[in-house]
Amino acid sequence: MGIVGQLDDCRKLEFGEGDRGATYSDFRTSCSEIGCAARKPFFRVTRVSAAKTHRPLSTRATSKNQTIAPHKLYLPTYKWMLLARVLEDKLASLYRSGKIVGGVYLGRGQEAFSAALSVHLDQAGGDVYAPLIRDMAGRLAFGEALIDPMRTYLGSPLGPMRGRDGNIHRGRPREGMLAMISHLGAMVSVVNGVLLARRLRGISGQVGAACVGDGATSTGSFHEAMNQAAVEKLPLVVAVANNQFAYSTPTDRQYACADLVDRAAGYGVMGYRCDGTNLEECLTTFGEAVRRAREGEGPQLVVGTLLRLSGHGEHDDASYVPAAVRKSALAADCIELAGQRILERRWAGEADLATWKSDAVNQVEEVLEQVASEPVPDPTGEAWCSLSVRHLCEGNLGA
Amino acid sequence: MNVTYLDAIREAQAKALAQDDRVFLYGQDIAGFGGAFKATKRLAEEFPGRVLDSPISEDAMVGLAIGAAIDGMRPIIEMQFADFSSIAFNQIVNQAGTHYYRTGVPVPFVIRLPSGGNKGSGPFHSQSLESLYAHFPGLVVLMPATVEDAYTMLLDAVSLDDPVIFCEHKMLYYHLKAEKLPEEGLPIGKARIARAGTHATVVTAGAMLHEALKAANQLAEEAWDIEVVDLRSAKPIDTDTLLASVARTGRILCVAESFPWGGLNAEVIARVVGEGFHLLDAPPMRLNSRDTPIPYHPNLWAAHRPTAASITTALRKLLGF
Repeated sequence: MGIVGQLDDCRKLEFGEGDRGATYSDFRTSCSEIGCAARKPFFRVTRVSAAKTHRPLSTRATSKNQTIAPHKLYLPTYKWMLLARVLEDKLASLYRSGKIVGGVYLGRGQEAFSAALSVHLDQAGGDVYAPLIRDMAGRLAFGEALIDPMRTYLGSPLGPMRGRDGNIHRGRPREGMLAMISHLGAMVSVVNGVLLARRLRGISGQVGAACVGDGATSTGSFHEAMNQAAVEKLPLVVAVANNQFAYSTPTDRQYACADLVDRAAGYGVMGYRCDGTNLEECLTTFGEAVRRAREGEGPQLVVGTLLRLSGHGEHDDASYVPAAVRKSALAADCIELAGQRILERRWAGEADLATWKSDAVNQVEEVLEQVASEPVPDPTGEAWCSLSVRHLCEGNLGA
Repeated sequence: MNVTYLDAIREAQAKALAQDDRVFLYGQDIAGFGGAFKATKRLAEEFPGRVLDSPISEDAMVGLAIGAAIDGMRPIIEMQFADFSSIAFNQIVNQAGTHYYRTGVPVPFVIRLPSGGNKGSGPFHSQSLESLYAHFPGLVVLMPATVEDAYTMLLDAVSLDDPVIFCEHKMLYYHLKAEKLPEEGLPIGKARIARAGTHATVVTAGAMLHEALKAANQLAEEAWDIEVVDLRSAKPIDTDTLLASVARTGRILCVAESFPWGGLNAEVIARVVGEGFHLLDAPPMRLNSRDTPIPYHPNLWAAHRPTAASITTALRKLLGF
């Protein structure tokens, strides 16, 4: 792990392996010691690709004696990614056959970045998580029951949203998973609110995570919330999945900074960049970001570079993605890469991978079978009340 | 003791902070400075760590309140002016307003909106937004018109398990006075007969209540007996009290400071016509501010919004029908 800062006179200042505990403020201090105006507008600090300097997961598969035990998070994370992919493939198929209304929004290609964040979160310990639309893997890894997405997509009254909201707009706020609204960037300040509430009650050591994409970083809501978190020095981790397209809009029509992680310096928070197709790198980066947030170092902004391997929704063929991008390294499938890595390192064999996949398929089929036999929402039994204080409801006015 | 409407709001917040650990205040310039109108004067000293200055970020202020409310707190958000809540519109109507219905988890918090016009305040510091917020499901919208209501309704709002838009009127802040603060008031959602009468009903709220009362007193000199109903709550609307009043008078004029298209007046009239058509002896009337931005110069401003004079004129027309 190293910090590399590019100074306004184009020099670079770097902390190497021995400075792994270095913080952004240490870095600024060093800048001033060498007489460099670290706070000038063009100053950039980037916590760069963790894996380039530090590879805790690496292992020499050629020498059995030196083989390190698989990172304790790698295989479980891979399994969450696999389960998310299998579930989403099924949801896409249900959509195409007309069994799901509205839309289906996949996290295909983003599973590593998504799951690598939430495996570092502790739901039972009070961490809070605000996933966005492409975080099926992260949701499952955080602790969402597999039946919740199935019930929500199919509108079951037994699901967390009871047919009142669908698809990715689901959550269990009392259990730390916030229910996103469609308006991008809007969940970040809600996480801030949970974290501030904890602080006011004297609770420390709990973190909040909010997921957004490159598109959301253009909203005022995102900006306000990042600044707010930085002002309050909240234990917030913001994951930006830069999947190159906000619906059809490419990044060159979305922002003009060289890299989204540059914004971290502007907010006065720690910034990280990682290869979102590389599970190992995602795990290391989020591990560090979550640790720092938990230890009171304030907000952490993690930008993962990857490509959405689907349309915006299943109604969208993504024909706007240029062929060159589709053939680039960005288009690597993180699940395939992780599977290959597992085999290369002999953490598991082909048969294990096949078993895990068939386990995932069985789990998904099982919940689908259950949900398909459940009742559907009944408008005559609906309370039609948007307030918890029932006597103040005017819910039947329009009827 | 002389207590102003502003004192009442300050005292209600002090009491809420004192009696409930879950309450905290968040807004621009409200801590050491005590707020643009001094509604939080010295509260930061009295309740250390619980009165927090926010950045100029209305969206994030409300988002934070929602998150804190989900987590069991009872935040009170001060918008510096009601007008600026437009920046937080998304969080208010889409996040707060939908949350309980979608998830089953209520979000108890209060947004204080210093509302309505004053001389010279112009287009962006004068708006009355109750109709806008009342349009959306999931919000309770209150409009205290008296010192007593400013106090008890704010305390009730903090106790309520749902989001409350608290439209306090800036014109009443300093001029409206009471002898003392009450122990309790009418429950949320109940309208009040501010002046009993038999010839016509004026339905209003907020600062317009006082204009309506002046108009009623003026017409009393001509032996007209006007009933004035203080709605107190824009949502829910106490339709029963309205219908009972119209049953007594047979005539209704609705007066509001908000813009004329749709809104609270239109809603009240729709309900009275829909449920009490047989009670009416004359077509219902309404009086709003004009359909232009709120003008700056006092001459223009005074002609923009309803006043005792324009209410009197409207009432004469209603009574003459």
